[in-house]
Amino acid sequence: MYFPISHSHINPIYLVVTGFVIGVLGGFFGVGGSFIAGPALRAMGLDWNFAVGTDLAHIVGKSVVAAKRHRALGNVDLRLGLIMTIGTIGGAEIGAQLIQALKRAGNVNFIVSVVSIAVYLSISTFMIWESWRTLAKSNRSDLRKQSGTAKIKEDQSAFMHVTKALQRLRIWPMIRLPTSGVTISFWIIVLVSFIGGLFSGFLGGGAGYIRMPSLVYVLGIPTHLAVGTDLFEIIISAGYGTLTHAIKGNVDILIALVMHTGAAIGAQIGAIATQYFAGPKIRLAFVPLPLIGAAIVIYTLLSGHKL
Amino acid sequence: MIATRKREGRRTLGAFLVELVLYSLLVTAYFFGVLLFLGPRLVQLEMQHIRVYAVVAILLIIGQAILLEAITTGLLRLLRGGRSE
Repeated sequence: MYFPISHSHINPIYLVVTGFVIGVLGGFFGVGGSFIAGPALRAMGLDWNFAVGTDLAHIVGKSVVAAKRHRALGNVDLRLGLIMTIGTIGGAEIGAQLIQALKRAGNVNFIVSVVSIAVYLSISTFMIWESWRTLAKSNRSDLRKQSGTAKIKEDQSAFMHVTKALQRLRIWPMIRLPTSGVTISFWIIVLVSFIGGLFSGFLGGGAGYIRMPSLVYVLGIPTHLAVGTDLFEIIISAGYGTLTHAIKGNVDILIALVMHTGAAIGAQIGAIATQYFAGPKIRLAFVPLPLIGAAIVIYTLLSGHKL
Repeated sequence: MIATRKREGRRTLGAFLVELVLYSLLVTAYFFGVLLFLGPRLVQLEMQHIRVYAVVAILLIIGQAILLEAITTGLLRLLRGGRSE
C-alpha cells in the first residue's frame, strides 16, 4: 500500500499486526511502546523523522483506547492525571530544548544513547529486585490463598517504607487523592511528572517506562491505577509531541491510522488482562521492556545505524 | 470446577476469534473506504496548510480511537452476553 505523505510503500497487515502487539503491551503495562514501534516503523523503510512523529500519533490513539478501558475498570486517577499535566508539558518542552542544545553541540546521539541505556538498565534492575522481594514476602505471609479482583488490586511493595516517608513530607499544598487512597505534596507530584515529561522530550515516546514505576514507588499509587493514570498522561505528552512533529512535517497520519486499527483491539485485551494479575507480578513482567529498549540502543551504538 | 473453567476458557477463546473475524472485516472496509477517501485530501492539506494538518491529524487519531473503542466494546458486549470484560 502506498502512503503518499511519507512517500513509502508498506504492507498494511504488517502495520496492523505491529499495532496489535504494541497495543497489548501498552494496555497491560501502561507504556506507549515507542521503543518497539519506532524501530518497527524504521524496519519498514520509513525515514527516522517520520518513524518518530508517526509513532507518537499512533501512541495517542492507542492510549485513548487503553485509558478509556482502564477508566471503565476504575484504574484511572483523573485528579492525579490532571495535576501531572503541568509537570509533563513543562518537562517535555525542556527535554526537547535539551536535545536542541546537544544537537548544536554536535554530540546528541552519543549522550542520548548513554543516558537511555543507563536509565533503562537502572529501572529494570530496581524493578527485578523490588518485585522479587515483594513476591517472596507475599508468599511467606501466605497471600497466595487470596483470590478475586479486589484482592488482586490491593497492592504491596518492598519499597513501601521509602514511599511512606515521601508521603509524610508536609510541603504545602497537600493533595488528597481519594481514588488512589494517597495524600501527598503537590510538589512531589509535579516533580515526578516533570521527570517523566523530561524523558519524554529527551528520549522520545511517552516515557511510560519511567512514569509508571515512579507513580508506584515515589507516589505510592497502586500498580493498576498507575498503569491507567500513566496511559492518561501519555495521551497528553504524546499528543503534544504529535502536534509539534506534525508542524515539522514528521507525521504520516495515514500510517498511524492504519497501525491504530490493530492497536485499538490489542490495547483493550491488554487492559482487561491487568485484572487477572497482582501488582508485583505486573511489575516483574514489566522488566523486559526497558531491557529491550536498552538492547536496541546498544545495537544502534555498536553498529552505527539505527534499527 | 476445572471442567467449568475449561468450558469458560473455550467460550472466551471462541468469542475472541469471532471478534477478530468481525473486526478484520470492519478494518478491511475501513482501508478501502476511509483511507482512499481521506488520503488525497490529507496530502493536499499537509502540503498547503501544515498547521491545520497537525490539528486535523490529532483530531483524526483521537476520533478513530473513540470510534474503535466503542465498536470493540460493543462487539465484546454482543458476543459475551452483556459483559464487556
